[in-house]
Amino acid sequence: MLLDYSSSFHYVLALLPEVVISVGGMLVLIMGVVRGREGGHSAELGWISLAVLAVAAVANGWLYSGVSESGATAMFALDGFRLFANWVFLIGAAFSIVISLAYVDRQRLQAGEYYSLILFATIGMMVMAAARDLMVIFLGLELMSIAVYALVGFNRRDRRSAEAGLKYFLLGAFASGFLLFGIALVYGATGSANIHAVAVAVQDGAAPAALMVPGVALLAIGLAFKVAVVPFHMWTPDVYEGAPTPVTAFMAAAVKAAAFAAFLRVFVVGLDGVYNQWWSILWWLAAITMVAGNVIALVQSSVKRMLAYSSIAHGGYLLVALVAANDTAAAALLFYLLIYTVMNIGAFAIVISVGNQSEENMSIESYAGFGWRKPVMGVFMTIFLLSLAGFPGTAGFIAKYNLLLGAAESRLWVLSVILVLTTVVSYWYYLRVAWYMWMKEAPEEAAAGGPAHALTPFATHVVLFVSVGLILLGGIFPGALLEMAADSVVGLRDFMAGPVAGN
Amino acid sequence: MTSFVASIPGLYEDWILHALVWLPVVGLVHVLATPGERSKVIAFRWSGLVFILSVGLWWAFDPGNGGFAFESSVPWIEAWGVNYSLGIDGISVFMVILTTLTTPIAILGSFNYIRKRRKAFYALMLLLQTGVTGVFLATDIFLFYVFFELTLVPMYFIVGIWGGERRIYAAVKFFLYTAVGSLLMLVAILYMYFSSGVDSFSYEAFLNADLSLREQLWLFAAFALAFGIKVPIFPLHTWLPDAHVEAPTPGSVILASLLLKMGTYGFLRFLLPFFPGAAQHSTVVTVMLVVGVAGIIYAAWVAAVQPDAKKLVAYTSVAHMGFVVIGVFALTVNGLQGGLVVMISHGVSTGALFLLLGMMYERRHTRLIDDFGGIGRVAPLFATAFVITALASIGLPGTSGFIGEFLALIGTFETHAVVAIIAATGVIFAAYYMLPMVQRVLFNELDKEENRNFSDLSRREMWVLGPLVALMIWIGVQPGPFLERMEPSVQAVLERVEEGAMAAAEPGAIDGSELANAPERALPLVDTGPSSDPHATSAPATTPAPAAQSPAATPSPAPTPPTTPGGES
Repeated sequence: MLLDYSSSFHYVLALLPEVVISVGGMLVLIMGVVRGREGGHSAELGWISLAVLAVAAVANGWLYSGVSESGATAMFALDGFRLFANWVFLIGAAFSIVISLAYVDRQRLQAGEYYSLILFATIGMMVMAAARDLMVIFLGLELMSIAVYALVGFNRRDRRSAEAGLKYFLLGAFASGFLLFGIALVYGATGSANIHAVAVAVQDGAAPAALMVPGVALLAIGLAFKVAVVPFHMWTPDVYEGAPTPVTAFMAAAVKAAAFAAFLRVFVVGLDGVYNQWWSILWWLAAITMVAGNVIALVQSSVKRMLAYSSIAHGGYLLVALVAANDTAAAALLFYLLIYTVMNIGAFAIVISVGNQSEENMSIESYAGFGWRKPVMGVFMTIFLLSLAGFPGTAGFIAKYNLLLGAAESRLWVLSVILVLTTVVSYWYYLRVAWYMWMKEAPEEAAAGGPAHALTPFATHVVLFVSVGLILLGGIFPGALLEMAADSVVGLRDFMAGPVAGN
Repeated sequence: MTSFVASIPGLYEDWILHALVWLPVVGLVHVLATPGERSKVIAFRWSGLVFILSVGLWWAFDPGNGGFAFESSVPWIEAWGVNYSLGIDGISVFMVILTTLTTPIAILGSFNYIRKRRKAFYALMLLLQTGVTGVFLATDIFLFYVFFELTLVPMYFIVGIWGGERRIYAAVKFFLYTAVGSLLMLVAILYMYFSSGVDSFSYEAFLNADLSLREQLWLFAAFALAFGIKVPIFPLHTWLPDAHVEAPTPGSVILASLLLKMGTYGFLRFLLPFFPGAAQHSTVVTVMLVVGVAGIIYAAWVAAVQPDAKKLVAYTSVAHMGFVVIGVFALTVNGLQGGLVVMISHGVSTGALFLLLGMMYERRHTRLIDDFGGIGRVAPLFATAFVITALASIGLPGTSGFIGEFLALIGTFETHAVVAIIAATGVIFAAYYMLPMVQRVLFNELDKEENRNFSDLSRREMWVLGPLVALMIWIGVQPGPFLERMEPSVQAVLERVEEGAMAAAEPGAIDGSELANAPERALPLVDTGPSSDPHATSAPATTPAPAAQSPAATPSPAPTPPTTPGGES
């Protein structure tokens, strides 16, 4: 089916996944209010949210199965890049909701608000990935961010959660300002906020450098903040540690994915003409991020905080794809985001279980002997860790290799070497969890079923099995997924063939 | 079981390589599916079955012209041109049989040693066998890399869970050391993938990659680091004493017999044929020979003063692998063949030494040489096996060690006489560290009460040691069948080195300048014709200041000296 944006009905169709989740999110919110604070209903709202995501997935699948747009001028793109990114967000949101079910219940969080905020944040992400207009990107970013600010500070009985919420909000608002200013300057330089129009203007050399250079820099800072790149990462460890753990999982995976999707579209598509102005900035950001993220993660004694720093390091790997800025790298970025979301949420699911669906047992000592007490979960955690470390046989390796392939295609050899050497550093802290799990004996009371009991509801088991299945499938038979990712970026950058309209 | 084998359709050569790689995984599933007490027997039976199947290779494999035999290839990741392809030649056939022989012996030798968490242990042993066999059989570089890395994980857990006091330290050190090298090799593999111009990771495609001498040297460095850490060559060896000493007996056996061979195998299979120009470069040859000799002498001296018998044997590994290194980089037929025989001999004799030390430890719970003495009087069979193995390790004529070290020294003497003379002293030092140890353990006075109850070899232990001792003597007495099988492949490697070196010396060879302009994207982002692509045409003058400082990816003119292995100019 060909969607023509002159018809507003077609516009709705093009935004069907977003529309479905919007309606569903409001529904969940209202149901939460109607049902009040009685216990016992929170899981139900979670399942309804999952159903909403399932319907959205059907809508996304329909768009994915060959619906196309006429022209490439609309504010919302209808291309493989957006739809593939949508799969990442849908999976990330769905997994996050499943691993939240018991947590929300046990921590007596307001379920209606909690699940609807996750849904609203998901819409924001989808808008960011779809946006072909700088203002729409900002719109999506704010929609996502405001929902996530609230989620971070959601546990009002926990002071650290409140602190994290405030910190994230203040710094996030600041970064939004940078982004907006950058958008204004780019608009001033090119006369349009439409990414394709910007690309044309930049390509023609019509944009004055006096406006473009600060504009590009401010855009980079704003987006770098959202993807938590060193040195704009200062908020990350505290926020990730203070937020309720399922929210941390959601942020580390899906929020990062959305920001990277927007980052790629703005820089690699929109600002390609001034590649020479920004590649060196991102080159250094990537290098510093990989080094700092991995080195600081070495000394963390809390597993949650370690995963927070490791997510910074993964942000560095992903930046390499942006510096490489070719089709291979764009596909690699999508593939990496998908795999990263799955393996990271899988690891967090186990962290939540070890923490007994609360914020306990976050220190690495809690994992001593865990593998022998719960062999299946221990093996799963080991697979997640190996995949995060990028070890052959897991999807994490294929994803990282794919990034390297993109980097090699652009001859970024030094960056590749930094990537692999920092990967070796990351082996240490990922393996450290594995050695606590398998090579240390549990303290007496834990062996007797004490604090490290690991409360794991059935739904979490499902997420774990699906995640491990995906990681092994992606690690051993990655062909289909790789092709899907490669197909998704076809046409992302060669839109110039079609007519381009200014604003 | 026999009927099962007979029922497999097709010719032996069609399925044997796949069976060798994947049957241990079937065994792994079987081990996991049965209760813990039976797991050792099941693991032994599966690895034994694999060994029986692999024996056929001895006759079925025809050395031919030195190329790969029994080749088969299936597309694996088509998007990248990766194939699942296996093949065997006169170099890998010995490594494969060594693997299939050592694994069941190590498993049999661990029956009493491993007392906790048996199921996990035997599952990991079988996984390790798959990884090692895969390394020796893979003819696709990507596949090789995956197997190469895959061996790390089971070994990490074997050392870390069942090892001695400092097991975690040893396991992590082993893992990180090896990973540094292999990940840099991954980048080098990617570089070659793009240089070959063919969308393939096959061995052939990599052989045909057009590389300038300068590129070869950098890539050689990356590959040599990966394999050199694994071997380990002299300055990179510090992980080895820790890992060998802390590992449980079967782990030490596999480490010494097989994992170290992956490094020297990499020298023969990849390093020499891929970078013939670099391999003949006089500086490279000098460096490799010097580190080889340094390893031989240094390790012998260090071994001589070890109070712990296991640590002593661990250092002898470094010395033996030094002989392999000088043999290989002598670049003569004798040298290469000698290196290969040392690899086999070391696998057999050092494996047996670790097993013997494990038996001592099981009986006395100590490995200190001073705690023993006069064992030969109470355990004559044990002493016999110990002496033969120790003599084979030293390289006494009539044992496998002699053939290997003698050939390696002859081969080295042909091209680098001084190196050979210095290295030959290593054989004397070997007697100097090994014989006193043998004397203090087996002979001397039986002055410790605990040693009077030192029981002799059990029937199981005879089965463990018998094949290894027999092999040491067989190779020592009749090396012909071994040498004739490896000769064509060794010749092929040398021819390749000589041809390649000549090609690299020709002025017309591609230099790397085209690859220097980084980052240069293969496809223009906005496809409006070549002139609008800023990256292909970007000159240094148009690059902003921060880019010019970037040591890496600066679009610099070709003559800039490279700063890293990647930054070819």
